[in-house]
Amino acid sequence: MNPVPDLYRILPEVVLTITGVLVMLLDAAMPKTSRRRVLGWVAAFGTVAALYASLLQLNLPAGTAYYGTVQTDGFSIFFHVLICAIVLVALLVSLDTFPRNNQHTGEFYALITFGAVGMVLMTSAVELLLVFIALEISSITTYILAGYRKTSGKGVEAAIKYFLLGSFATGFLLYGIALIFGATGTTQITEIALRIPGAQSQALVLGGLALMLVGILFKVSAAPFHVWTPDVYEGSPTPVVALMSTAPKAAAFALLIRVLWGAFPTLHSVWVPILWVVAVLSMTVGNIAALRQENVKRMLAYSSIAHAGYLLAAFAGAGTASITAIAFYTAAYAAMNVGIFAAITLASGYDDSLPLIQDFRGLLHRAPVLAGLLLFFLISLVGIPFTGGFFAKFLSFSTAVNGGAFWLAIIGLLNSGLAAGYYLRFAVTIAQPPVANPPELPTYRVGIAVAVGIVLAAGATLILGIAPGHILDAATSAAHSFPAAISSTLP
Amino acid sequence: MIPSSWYLILSAVLFTMGVAGFLIKRSLITVFMSIELMLNAVNLSFVTFAHDWHAVKGQIFVFFVMMVAAAEAAVGLAIIIAIFRTRQTLNVDQIDLMKF
Repeated sequence: MNPVPDLYRILPEVVLTITGVLVMLLDAAMPKTSRRRVLGWVAAFGTVAALYASLLQLNLPAGTAYYGTVQTDGFSIFFHVLICAIVLVALLVSLDTFPRNNQHTGEFYALITFGAVGMVLMTSAVELLLVFIALEISSITTYILAGYRKTSGKGVEAAIKYFLLGSFATGFLLYGIALIFGATGTTQITEIALRIPGAQSQALVLGGLALMLVGILFKVSAAPFHVWTPDVYEGSPTPVVALMSTAPKAAAFALLIRVLWGAFPTLHSVWVPILWVVAVLSMTVGNIAALRQENVKRMLAYSSIAHAGYLLAAFAGAGTASITAIAFYTAAYAAMNVGIFAAITLASGYDDSLPLIQDFRGLLHRAPVLAGLLLFFLISLVGIPFTGGFFAKFLSFSTAVNGGAFWLAIIGLLNSGLAAGYYLRFAVTIAQPPVANPPELPTYRVGIAVAVGIVLAAGATLILGIAPGHILDAATSAAHSFPAAISSTLP
Repeated sequence: MIPSSWYLILSAVLFTMGVAGFLIKRSLITVFMSIELMLNAVNLSFVTFAHDWHAVKGQIFVFFVMMVAAAEAAVGLAIIIAIFRTRQTLNVDQIDLMKF
């Protein structure tokens, strides 16, 4: 029998849930007039504890718990640590920039923590019922966070667009799960893989796979399911965008790998061409649309769509190499994207006082350190050597070439050149001399929290670029959690 | 006895109606109701398959879908109220501060 107590397999989730409940209880118990900032620290310490709990899971042998619904392996731990780190940086950035007079500060930190529970659970769930619940925990909390500026027209518009399109996509995902259940009689991912070859109706299996892909590709904002992304990023508060452009996406990519390599390895020849097309569409649509944006957050939203495309290119690779590249790219993308949104939060504040690219003109002369960090993250997004962005892109495209998708890599490289256009335009604007009457920079305390957060992101981006060894090893061991991927790699 | 394929066809028709309603209707409330219709169509599929396979898993799934739909409705209606407070309209075509 299984010697490991089941509870150890969901320890990070338990820690995060307790933290979230604690934050809500403290919020209710505190006197009305006192400041709620301390609750953010409680949430941050809880997230650090969850990160530590994930690392403790490395001592456990890989295995499942709770009747085969949760699986702890190198893969789940890799994404647990990654998501906890993202949530930590997002919390640290919020601590110093969230408005003091907001009446819902306690809920804000509690929602981020509860959302983190859903995201980490998504990466270890191996039962589609649990996948669905985890996805909804993460989605419903992000719908609320997206609309946190509820008195501004754009804020609520972002929330309703995200909510309606997100629920619409969930409907497709659910219908896909229902069809898979109908074809195989089970919703456990490893059992599905065993029963698919003997399934009576292959049409039902293919229909289910297609509908599930629609649902998950929506969550990673890949074209043609990307239309919500720019509007939601523009209307949501920037610290929230730092979180939701990275953590739920990392979780959704983990889910995509878990579903495709866990449940559908036998249909590899079916889903690779689909993802090939989606990857090309995402890169091209994202980059071309980003070229004509004037709003900073919209431009970065389209850039994140393009990055989803580069990431999907790695799915064309073979077996474990492909999963390694995807896991590594997710980490690098998360580091630089959290970093750039944290830097933009610092420059333009919670309420977006500098919404347009031209508002950033002369930032290098007015706030050199901040502008320097912003430029560093931009360089990484372009993919210039010695940054995480370069190495991740290199890994993704070389995996695609080794997997036989030569043209996909060529299209990816051409797209990277196109992308440099809008990143460098933003960089040049930052470096230009300031205009005569520059817009006011928002005033707030640049405290220890946000400084630590942004330094963590910058450090991670740098380390992923110059010394990626350890993280690459972790990604490789994550990839070896999938027996189907290992066997398909062997000649 | 009615063959289970009839239920599956009904479920597919209801799902398609939900998708069509989502795309065509202009009132936020109706669009939201179309999503609920999609979820309930899926529920019908789940119970049918659960009956076919004699697997109780499908029925349990339906309970969780209903529960999540209720949670989603709470958040969705709250957002719709916030929209109405700031914009005094629920018409999808007039919620267009941000465009491509």
